[in-house]
Amino acid sequence: MVELGALFPMGWFQTLCHVVAALALPPLVLGIINKTKAAFAGKVGPPVLQLYYDLFKLVQKRMVVSRTTSWVFFAGPVGAVVVGVLVSLLVPLGDHRAPVSFAGDMVLLVALLGLSRFLTVGAALDTGSPFEGMGAAREVTFAALAEPGLFLGLCALVVLSGQAALAPMLAAASQAWGAQAGTLALVLLGWFIVLLVENCRIPFDDPNTHLELTMIHEVMILDHSGPLLAMALYGASMKLFLLISLLLALCLPRTGNAPLDWGLFLAGVGAAAVLVGVVESVIARLRLPRIPLLLVSAALFTGFAFLLSLVKR
Amino acid sequence: MMSGNLARVSNGAALPLKKVPKLSPGAFRDCVIASVASGSRLVALCADEKLQLFAIMADDEAGILGMARTALSKPAYPALTPECPAAQLFEREMAEQQGLLPEGHPWFKPVRGHLPGRPGPDPFGRKPAEVLAGLIPFYRVEGTSIHEVGVGPVHAGVIEPGHFRFQCLGEEVFHLEIALGYQHRGIERALLGGPHAATLKMMESAAGDTTIGHTWAYCQNIEALSGIAPGPRASLIRAIALELERLANHTGDLGALAGDVGFLPTSSFCGRIRGDWLNLSALLCGSRLGRDLVRPGGVGFDLDGDRCLELRTRMEKAWAETQAAVNLLWQAPTVMQRFERVGLLTGEQAQEIGAVGPAARASGLRLDVRLQHPLSGSSQSLIPHGWDDPAGSGGDVFARAWVRWREMHHSIDFLSKAVSALGALGEGKKAERRDRPALGANQVCLSLVEGWRGEIAHLAVTDAGGAFSLYKVIDPSFHNWSGLALAMRGGQISDFPLCNKSFNLSYCGVDL
Repeated sequence: MVELGALFPMGWFQTLCHVVAALALPPLVLGIINKTKAAFAGKVGPPVLQLYYDLFKLVQKRMVVSRTTSWVFFAGPVGAVVVGVLVSLLVPLGDHRAPVSFAGDMVLLVALLGLSRFLTVGAALDTGSPFEGMGAAREVTFAALAEPGLFLGLCALVVLSGQAALAPMLAAASQAWGAQAGTLALVLLGWFIVLLVENCRIPFDDPNTHLELTMIHEVMILDHSGPLLAMALYGASMKLFLLISLLLALCLPRTGNAPLDWGLFLAGVGAAAVLVGVVESVIARLRLPRIPLLLVSAALFTGFAFLLSLVKR
Repeated sequence: MMSGNLARVSNGAALPLKKVPKLSPGAFRDCVIASVASGSRLVALCADEKLQLFAIMADDEAGILGMARTALSKPAYPALTPECPAAQLFEREMAEQQGLLPEGHPWFKPVRGHLPGRPGPDPFGRKPAEVLAGLIPFYRVEGTSIHEVGVGPVHAGVIEPGHFRFQCLGEEVFHLEIALGYQHRGIERALLGGPHAATLKMMESAAGDTTIGHTWAYCQNIEALSGIAPGPRASLIRAIALELERLANHTGDLGALAGDVGFLPTSSFCGRIRGDWLNLSALLCGSRLGRDLVRPGGVGFDLDGDRCLELRTRMEKAWAETQAAVNLLWQAPTVMQRFERVGLLTGEQAQEIGAVGPAARASGLRLDVRLQHPLSGSSQSLIPHGWDDPAGSGGDVFARAWVRWREMHHSIDFLSKAVSALGALGEGKKAERRDRPALGANQVCLSLVEGWRGEIAHLAVTDAGGAFSLYKVIDPSFHNWSGLALAMRGGQISDFPLCNKSFNLSYCGVDL
């Protein structure tokens, strides 16, 4: 029997801060990435708040829905947002705690991400378009290779911290840099690759391309319009934000002072967004057949971290 | 080696029609096939309204052009394509334009989706509703695991309309078929009986990004047929404009190639610098696309000393910036892994299909109109060739990019020499310009210009009244589209945009 107090460890004010941050910040991350890329390209670039404007515009628009689609087509974007909200309750942000926390909740986290993908892929296949089918096939292929990278990293942290709930586990692990720097660095490296592939960033996918034949994620939402497209975009930005938060929870210091912790967290999100922007600016996309090689290396990084954690215990 | 039955012609010079031997259909066929077998290239194969066939052959190494003709008594003849693959699109085109049936053609499909201009049955046997661009019986690979992907004619980017049909097994492309014709305007048909008042404008927009190239070829024909000469100053200004057009487009292409692999810096900078090159064309004639510059008998605008100076200064600045932006490409390993060994077109394939221009040179073929068939007075022989550079002959995307880069160096070289030469020529007397001079009767003239995509060929034949009885416009894209289809075989469908951009062919230049 799980005690309710243990399941919801945060006070109402902290929970409110957490939820507001998780809902409001994600589009900003993409704004920072795009500003960084624009700086590298010698351009002014779109405003940092552009995605907010886009979302605001899209929700006011009508939807155009193909006659060949069914409710499955709607489930993709709706699922992306719902999963985003649910995952945000499990992942610690500036507070280093999560509103919902229980032993084994990281399995739920991975399962929720998988569910979101399943629904998005279903929506893409529902259109019957050859482009979207191709994108769906690519998404599933690469996700199957990225998931072990995420999961093995979680395993390493469980062993390292002796905790089975996500937030306490990350909190304990982030205190272990002195003794376990190698393990944590490998996890971070593997997870950064997972972050890039899960969010369809260069070198895996090009979020700015207009070429359907090369797209992965973008092509799956080609037929969505209006509020559905807004949900798909918002859901994708939440996923990016939450995976960045997961990485930050591993490497940010804890001061114990709540405003300062939040400040550090926000700075960390900004820095991570800039880092993603820099990566996208200085390298080209991989050829599609080469992507699995890099994904396997992500799994190897976290796999070795897992082995190290077993040895060092 | 050229077959002895061919009349020797030189680029941009008129010839009385009676000097071109009229062969029997059998001898004509043998002559073309023998020439191709001995290494010559089929430049043009076309028919006029009276079922008279013309063939132009080029022996590029020797710098020789040859022409033959024949007259058919009925609208059917044994196809050349089985022996000479380079003829395949020409024969389909003749079938569509003049209703000629090439018997035994292995890939007999419409080209642009219109009915023959001559009365008679449609050789393709289409119903009236089926006469439309893009309606061709596509080749299909059968099997439960095969999937078919159709792209276009409406594309996601701002590009021209064309339809691409892929037969894929997973990500691998077994076959790509390209259907064009969506922008068919009937230019060649409209030219019959010409030149008309609108002809010059039509030539300028035959392929809008190759204005100088096409207009020069047209004007050269008019000048040769009417016996006026453009004068050294005008010829040099045309050559300068042609290289500026090449620089602008090659810069744009290299930037777009970077964009297609998601390499931001080169992509963004080249996009802007391309505009700087276009602005130099505007300095010449007030139009970034070179409209109104090349006119029959000369050029619309002279390049005076002050503007020569400005051209040189701005050219040097743009070139320095281009070098900085493009060199990032070659230094990025992530870009090279996308470019190398992707989209392979072997030299053998390129020769078989009669490929031209940078795409052919990137496959190791040695052909360049500027060097092998120079127009008299254009000083293009100043341009060095880069054929001994092994880097750009692998036939892959990298080679096609590298060849462009090499050519840009040569263009810059030429431009600085040409601008100096222009100053030394002095102001000179104003060339005599007449937009529609009277043309000689019963003449034939072939003009070749090396545009930035490759060889632009214009063939003009006049009737007894000095009007066009045949005018053929051949954009380099006409030869090269099948090269793209071949380069995609066995490749990844996700590499298609990159391969496509590495050829960067014209749609409207083929649709005409």
